[in-house]
Amino acid sequence: MNTFSLALAESLAMVGRLDPKLVEIVALSLQVSLASIALSALVALPLGAAVAVASFPGRRAIVVVLNALLGLPAVVVGLAIYLLLSRAGPLGSLGILFTPSAMVAAQAILVFPLLAALTRQVVADGYEETREQLTSLGASTWTSAIALLVDARYTLVTIVLAGFGRAISEVGAVMIVGGNIDGVTRVMTTAIALETSKGDLPLALGLGLVLLAIVLALNVAASLVKESVQRRHG
Amino acid sequence: MPPLLPLVLDEVSFVAGRRTILDRVSLTLTAGTRTVLLGPNGAGKSVLLRLMHGLIPPTTGAVRWNDENASSLRRRQAMVFQRPVLFRRSALANLRFALAVAGVPRVEREYRARNALARVGLSPIADQPALRLSGGEQQRLALARAWMLAPDVLFLDEPTANLDPGSTAEIERIVQAIHDGGTKIVLVTHNLGQAKRLADEIVFLSGGRLRERSEAARFFRQPTTAEALAYLEGELPWRMPSDVSP
Ligand SMILES: Nc1ncnc2c1ncn2[C@@H]1O[C@H](COP(=O)(O)OP(=O)(O)OP(=O)(O)O)[C@@H](O)[C@H]1O
Ligand SMILES: [Mg+2]
Repeated sequence: MNTFSLALAESLAMVGRLDPKLVEIVALSLQVSLASIALSALVALPLGAAVAVASFPGRRAIVVVLNALLGLPAVVVGLAIYLLLSRAGPLGSLGILFTPSAMVAAQAILVFPLLAALTRQVVADGYEETREQLTSLGASTWTSAIALLVDARYTLVTIVLAGFGRAISEVGAVMIVGGNIDGVTRVMTTAIALETSKGDLPLALGLGLVLLAIVLALNVAASLVKESVQRRHG
Repeated sequence: MPPLLPLVLDEVSFVAGRRTILDRVSLTLTAGTRTVLLGPNGAGKSVLLRLMHGLIPPTTGAVRWNDENASSLRRRQAMVFQRPVLFRRSALANLRFALAVAGVPRVEREYRARNALARVGLSPIADQPALRLSGGEQQRLALARAWMLAPDVLFLDEPTANLDPGSTAEIERIVQAIHDGGTKIVLVTHNLGQAKRLADEIVFLSGGRLRERSEAARFFRQPTTAEALAYLEGELPWRMPSDVSP
């Protein structure tokens, strides 16, 4: 047997027996990414809807910036947050650099443009079709935005799932602000990078398999949501 | 509260880019009657309806209601569009939403929404997703939503386009019932049979101008403008010209 098949067999065994080290890393990954996506969505969804529906000065600028930020390089986000949180930085007094909190912040910021821009697009499409009816009913801007978010709820689920997938598979930013400290800030992606360079292929491969499974499951979930909606709601 | 009507259009024009879509239309709409707007495609009927309903402002001229209070203007009018605009919720929830927007207290909404559904014969489908209903059912739901708030004026833009004869008759029955309840009806249609059945008066538009306005029976018996005559002949190709102008 070659190195690869040995490593693969060992990694499957680790996943199978729920190796504590592996479980710890996966658990932290999930916690960090769930927290970051929840935080980000809480702001990005209402903002995206507001930008789609309301007219206020600077609205177009926000749309342009949001779309531009879609291609935000993760390492740059990491670097910016590092500078903010480092002891000499403006938020240094928080003392959260190299903690999971910093990683949550990094991932939340990283997925924010994705969530906000896609939400804006979906809500704007809905608004185009319903604008005159909403005006006719006498709905305020705020009421219209909420109604359109509710209308787009199933699409929003798939958007959030996509955001979660991006957050959990990102490596550059969490590496910089988390520091990849064993047992504290080591998540799947940073662990894979480190273990691979150290030559501990079974752990790296095991984590890789888990990550792959999570991302695949997210995609399956997204398409299931979409299908069931089309079946039930037209 | 002063009556909402009459509605006065004073030399109303609507210009989009360089095109004049409505050209100095002056018109007074009074309470009590059913007004039907007729005219060929592109005449400006839908634009006129949206102007009256306050969805778009006139480029020049004025749209004046007897009661100019801003919240009255919204709450006391309703409009039903050619393609019903419904939300991705149950039929009943669509009505509850409109009631909430209109400021109806939560405890009353369920009852009033169910009542409105019953009046258009949709009680059995109360809990079905609105977007899954048939075209005719969707249009009845849109009518229920408009009717529910007892508007002083109801604008309808071709509410039976694309509906079969049965559904069309059902919609006409509902429009008549809404009118019997004291709501002014302003309806756009290309269905001349429908215009004859529903209209008290006809307002005829073509090329963005008001060509003719007359009592319905007289309009069909004896249109006074060449445009109206041509339209009636075009819409009823099987009729001999002698039938139209005796
Ligand atoms: N917002 C707009 N901007 C530019 N042109 C418009 C706008 N709205 C309508 N038009 C044009 O104005 C003309 C009149 O449109 P309108 O929809 O009122 O016609 P209509 O009488 O309702 O016709 P139909 O019987 O086909 O419904 C059309 O040529 C249309 O293309
Ligand atoms: Mg029209």
